[in-house]
Amino acid sequence: MRRLLILAAIGASFYVSEVSPVRLWNGLPAMTGYIWGTLPEVRLATLGSDLAAWMWGWKRWLPMLWETILMAYAGTLLGAVAGLLLSFLAARNLTPHPALGAATRRLLELARTVPELVYALLFVIAFGLGPLAGVLALGLHAAGALGKLSLELLEHVEPRPLEGMRASGANWLETMRFGAAPQILPGFLSYTLFRFELNVRSSAVIGFVGVGGIGQELYVATRQFVYQDISAIIVLLVAAVAILDQLSEVARRRLAA
Amino acid sequence: MNRLLWLAFAAFSAYAFWAVDLWPGRIWPGLGKLARISAELVPPDAGGQFLTLVFSLLETLGIALAATVMAAVLAFPLGLLGSAKVLPNWLWRWPLRRGMDLSRSIDALLWALLFVNAVGLGPFAGVMALMMVDLSTLAKLFSEAVDHSSPGPVEGVLAAGGNRWEVVRFGILPQVLPAFAAQALYYLESNVRHATILGVVGAGGIGMHLTDQLRVNEWQQVSMTILLILASVTAVDRLSRWARSELERGS
Repeated sequence: MRRLLILAAIGASFYVSEVSPVRLWNGLPAMTGYIWGTLPEVRLATLGSDLAAWMWGWKRWLPMLWETILMAYAGTLLGAVAGLLLSFLAARNLTPHPALGAATRRLLELARTVPELVYALLFVIAFGLGPLAGVLALGLHAAGALGKLSLELLEHVEPRPLEGMRASGANWLETMRFGAAPQILPGFLSYTLFRFELNVRSSAVIGFVGVGGIGQELYVATRQFVYQDISAIIVLLVAAVAILDQLSEVARRRLAA
Repeated sequence: MNRLLWLAFAAFSAYAFWAVDLWPGRIWPGLGKLARISAELVPPDAGGQFLTLVFSLLETLGIALAATVMAAVLAFPLGLLGSAKVLPNWLWRWPLRRGMDLSRSIDALLWALLFVNAVGLGPFAGVMALMMVDLSTLAKLFSEAVDHSSPGPVEGVLAAGGNRWEVVRFGILPQVLPAFAAQALYYLESNVRHATILGVVGAGGIGMHLTDQLRVNEWQQVSMTILLILASVTAVDRLSRWARSELERGS
């Protein structure tokens, strides 16, 4: 019975999303053909000038790529600070008041359940076009995600140092700062670096809705069918993502060591 | 040294904030506008479009499920081929793994943008986009699971005279299947989240309505749509968590 339900759900999903063997059969070659079409014609004899023609816009694209990275950086930093601070209020074992804890947990949940792109769409209207809307969107979502991770770390801290501090007369703020925070910081920083990697990717795609950076340029190139620009920008983007991932991984290993 | 590092961090952060326009003079007016918008968001109201919204929500769920199923099905052969135990020749394995790395480092929304150009507007482009991202990750997870599977059952099948296919079928698959199913369920959750926004680039689902409503400033409809998105994401998360616990109990 359960198996039948699952099969029915899968069948229905294929129906509503218009997936069919025929479309797949036609769709896969269409996609490879499309990707192939975006690649430049490169001949060995004219390799240098062909590649130069392909990357003709690099003087414009690199600053845009840098803006995308800065948006991810600023957004992650904002989100990490906000998430970390809120998680102390939200942790079940540390919260100053259970009701405040529950409210903060709901707030964090809301912040991470709404997709970044939806925030970006709203913030573009409120804050105008430009990177600020993107940073705030990334930051809000990151605050929810990092706040939850920090909350889970906090709920598993070793309680004895905290009890000792409380016994010697430390107030809540001091207990958190000197008792709980040092225990979770290495783990939290590692999560934050990981979030930065994710945010670089997100930062590029929220550019589609007008928050600037390389994503916006890519969106325009795609919509105007400027084939070779599409592949050139994607290559730059993928390279930047790969380099930042490597850097962040090195940093995370250092943290773990 | 440590102080120098802090100084560099502070200086770079200040530069980044300056470069992205993050300063109170820009934030305050925006917050005021955001407050005015928020006041208009309530009460949520579908504006007579409730059934349309629910139908596109179903389409969103359909996109996510179809993409997960197709990615899982295709990840099987790819994952097996990517594993050292099945395909010992690295010359085959290396390009396969790098290709998967590449398709994973491109975001689903970007794939959707490309697929809309390649196969046209509509949910099918969304399914293909989500599939591209999940396929590589699931295949990689699957190869790693196969790589780390215990050699005992494999040797057992070999000792009983099994051929290569039988080694995979009876020696490796039973070991990795539960973990693989649990991973696929995680991807279903993440796909539902992604599918809600694919419509922004025209790849089907409820995101299309959201962008339309934002464009014409129908704030009550916007909040209704966001509420529906949140409700469906939460419901699928619950369902998937329950299915995972069932899987764990079964294994």
